[in-house]
Amino acid sequence: MRASLLRMVLRRLAAALPGIAGVVVVTFLLNRALPGDPAAFFAGPAATQQAVEEIRVKLGLDKSLPEQFIVYVRDLARGDLGRSLTTGQPVRADLLARLPASLELTACGLLFAVSVALPLGILSATRPGSWIDHLSRMLTTAGVSLPIFFTGLLLVYVFYYQLGWAPPPLGRLDAFSSPPRTVTGSFLVDSALAGDGTIFVAAARQLALPTLTLGVFALAPIARMTRAAMLGVLSSDFVRTARASGLSPATVLYTYALRNALLPVVTLLGMVFSFLLGANVVVEKVFAWPGVGSYALEALIASDYAPVQGFVLVMASLYVLLNLAIDVLYGIIDVRVRIEA
Amino acid sequence: MSATFSAVAIVLTLLLALPAPAPAQSRSETLLVLVESGPNSMDIHGVGANFRTYGASWNLYDRLLTHGTKTLADGTRSYDHAVLKPELAESWQVAADGMSVTFKLRRDARFHDGTAVTARDVKWSFDRAVSVGGFPTFQMKAGALEKPEQFAAVDDHTFRVNFLRKDKWTLPDLAVPVPVIINSTLARKNATEKDPWAMEWLKNNEAGGGAYRLESWKPGQETVYTRFDEWKSGPLAKIRRVIVREVPSAGNRRALIERGDADVSVDFPPKDVAEMARSGKLTVASTPVENALIYLGMNAKNPPFANVKVRQAVAHAVPRDKIFEAAMFGRGALLTVPIATNTPGYDPSLNPYRTDPARARALLAEAGYPNGFETTLSFDLGNATIYEPAAVLAQEALAAIGIKATLNKIPPATWRGALAKKDLPLFINQFGGWLNYPEYFFLWTYHGQNSLFNTSSYQNGEMDKLIEAAHQESDPQKYAETVRAFTRIAMADVPKVPLMQPSLDVAMQKGVTGYQYWFHRQLDFRTLTKQ
Repeated sequence: MRASLLRMVLRRLAAALPGIAGVVVVTFLLNRALPGDPAAFFAGPAATQQAVEEIRVKLGLDKSLPEQFIVYVRDLARGDLGRSLTTGQPVRADLLARLPASLELTACGLLFAVSVALPLGILSATRPGSWIDHLSRMLTTAGVSLPIFFTGLLLVYVFYYQLGWAPPPLGRLDAFSSPPRTVTGSFLVDSALAGDGTIFVAAARQLALPTLTLGVFALAPIARMTRAAMLGVLSSDFVRTARASGLSPATVLYTYALRNALLPVVTLLGMVFSFLLGANVVVEKVFAWPGVGSYALEALIASDYAPVQGFVLVMASLYVLLNLAIDVLYGIIDVRVRIEA
Repeated sequence: MSATFSAVAIVLTLLLALPAPAPAQSRSETLLVLVESGPNSMDIHGVGANFRTYGASWNLYDRLLTHGTKTLADGTRSYDHAVLKPELAESWQVAADGMSVTFKLRRDARFHDGTAVTARDVKWSFDRAVSVGGFPTFQMKAGALEKPEQFAAVDDHTFRVNFLRKDKWTLPDLAVPVPVIINSTLARKNATEKDPWAMEWLKNNEAGGGAYRLESWKPGQETVYTRFDEWKSGPLAKIRRVIVREVPSAGNRRALIERGDADVSVDFPPKDVAEMARSGKLTVASTPVENALIYLGMNAKNPPFANVKVRQAVAHAVPRDKIFEAAMFGRGALLTVPIATNTPGYDPSLNPYRTDPARARALLAEAGYPNGFETTLSFDLGNATIYEPAAVLAQEALAAIGIKATLNKIPPATWRGALAKKDLPLFINQFGGWLNYPEYFFLWTYHGQNSLFNTSSYQNGEMDKLIEAAHQESDPQKYAETVRAFTRIAMADVPKVPLMQPSLDVAMQKGVTGYQYWFHRQLDFRTLTKQ
C-alpha cells in the first residue's frame, strides 16, 4: 500500500512538470509583453537617454527575446531566479526570506476560516431556515462581497486606530522586538520552540488582524460548501438507515454524515488555500506584512521581471504540491481514492 | 470537533485583547521612521539605486562639503544653498588661476571600521563615481567632474581637483549625495577582477565614515542605523538608533503617527498632510521643493501644439488657482513662472497669462482651429493624488474652449518610457534639480540639447544661448537680467504651462525636533532630537 502511494506521488509530480514548464514560458512572455520599460524606470528620475541605454545593456534587455529566454532558463536550471531591482537582492533569497511570512499568515487565515466556517456550515445544514442559517448566510455574503483591502483597512481603523486593542500594523513584529531564532520560519512556532512567551504573544497579536481579514474572505466558500455537502449527505439513504437503527444524533452527525461530507470540503480547502495565497497580496500590502505577495506586487508596479517570474513559479510549484497533499489526504479520509488515482 | 475549532477561533480573537508586551529596548533613544518603500541598495553609485538609497547614503557616508543652515519664513530649518561648509574636508582653497581646488582633510577622521580617512580614499571614491556610468557619472558631469585624471591625492590629507573648465557648479556638486567618500581599503578587499569597484559588495554593505553606521538592512522591510560615536565631521548626533520601517499603505502610516506609535512619517498625499497639520497634534513640516515644477507640457514639435498660438491659448485657458486648490490642499506653492518660489530669479510679474477663455478662443481661431480639436492628456498614475485632479480641471477648462482632451492614465513603470518617446501631445509632469540655480533647471528642461526632460522637444537657439550665458555669468546684475530674459522667452513660447511647486512633507511627534529640509528630500538623522 505504501509503495502504491509513493508511486502515485511520483507519477503526479512527473505529470506536473509540463505544467511548470508551461508556467515558465508563459510568465516569461507575459512579463515581456507588459508595456513597462524597466531600464527607464531604474535609470531614476534624473537619467539621460544614454544612462537608460547603459542600464538596458547591464540588465541584458538589449538582447533578443529568445536569447533572453535561453539565459533565463539556464540560470533557472542552476537555481538562480535572477535579481530583483526593487530590493537589489537575488530573487531566490528574497522569496525564501519572505515565503514563511506568507505561509504563516495564510495558514492562520485558513485555520481561522475553517474553525468558524465548519461549525457554521454544519449548524446551518442541521437547522436549515433557522436564525443560525440566516446568520451564516449573512456572514458569508458579507465576507465575499467586501473587498479584502476594505475589510483590512476597516479592521485597522476600528481595532487599532479607534479602540487601540490591536498592535500597530507594522508587519510581523513591532519595531522593538527581535524575531526568534529561525527554525521553521513561522514566528509562532519558532518562538514556541525557543520558549519565548513574550515574542509568541507579540507575533500572535500582529497576526490577529491580518488573519481575521483573510479568514473572513475565506469563510464563505467553506461554510457554503459544508452546508451543501452536509444537506446532501443528511438526506441520503445511509444516514436515514443510521437514524432508523437508533444511533445517537451525534454519532450520526459526526461519524457518518460529516466524514462523508468532508471530501468535497477538503478539495475546496486546497483551492481556498491557493486563492488565499493570492489574496495575501492585498492583505500584506495593508498590514505591511513582509510576504511574497507584497513583494510581487511592488515588483509588478516597477516592471521588475525577475521577482514576478520567481513569484509565479513558486506559486505554481506550491499549487502542485498542495494538490498532491490534498490527494493524499483523500486517501486517508476515503480509502477508495488511493487505488484509483 | 466543532468545539475544538471554535476554541481556536476564540483564542485567535482573544489575542487581540491581550496586553501588549513591554518594549524590549528603550524607545526614547530610538527613532522610528515610516516610509512607503525603502532603499534598494546601500550604494548610491549602484545601477538603479533608488530615491531612498540617497537617504541611506546621506547618513552612512560623508562628503567633502556640506551646506550651512537657515530658518525659513514658516520656522522650518533648511539647508542654505548659498553657503558651502566643510564636512570631511577641514578647509579648501581654489587656486589663483581658478583652475583647481585643494582640500585639506580632517586628520582625525575615521571610517566605521577604524581605518583613517586619507586622500587616497577620496580619489578612489571620485574615480569610481565618474567611471561606473549611469546616474552618478551623469551627476558628477553636471559639476564638470568627468575624468579620473582630474583627481589627485597630493598627500595623506591633501586632495586636489583639477578643473577641465571653470564651472560654478563644481563645488556645489561636491555637496550633493553622489560624491560620497568610501573606505577604499575595505571596498578593495571585497572587489574582484570582474568587479574592481566592489559594486556587488557595496550594494549590501556600507564602507562609510558617516554619522550613522548600518546595523541591519532587510530590503523591502526595514533599515536600522546606529550612531557612529567616533564621527568627527560634525557635532555628534543626538539619536542613538534609527529604525526605518516600510509601511506601504498611506492610511496606516498616518494612523501609526497619529496614535503615537511612530516618531516620524513621510510620503503622504497632500490631503492627509493638510488634515494632520490642521489637527495640531503633530509637527508637520511642509516645504515647497526648491527648483521643482509641476507643469502642463505640450509637444512643441508636432501639430497642433507646434503652433505657439495654440500653446498660448492653453496657457490662457488653464485655471491655475483652482488646480492648486484641488490638488495641493494648500501645500507647496502656486507657480505662474517656470522658476520655483524659493529659487533665485523667481519673478511672478513675468507671467503674461490670466485665466481668460475668450482670449484663448481668439488665439485658437487665429491659429486656424476655430472649432478646437481632439487630443489626449497624459499623466503618471504613480502621482495620481496630485495629477488627477489637475488633469480633470485642465480637461474641463480646455473643453470650454473647444479642445476635447481624453485622459490617458499611464502606469508608473511605463511613464518614463512614454515620456522618452517624446510623442505625447499634452501631459502633466514634473522636474526638480538638486542644484538650486534657474539655469540648471532650464538646461535640462528648455535647452535644445534636448535631454529627456525637455519633454516638449522645445528648440530655440536664443534660449540656448541665454541659458549658457547665465551659467557662465559672474556679475549678479547681468545674471539676473539673463535669467529674466530666458524666463520671458519661456513664457512667450510656453512649451510648459507652469502649474505648481511640489511639497516635501514630514509629519513628526511634537517631541521630535531639529528637522531640516534638504534639496535631496531625504531625512538627515544627524540633526534630529527626540524628547
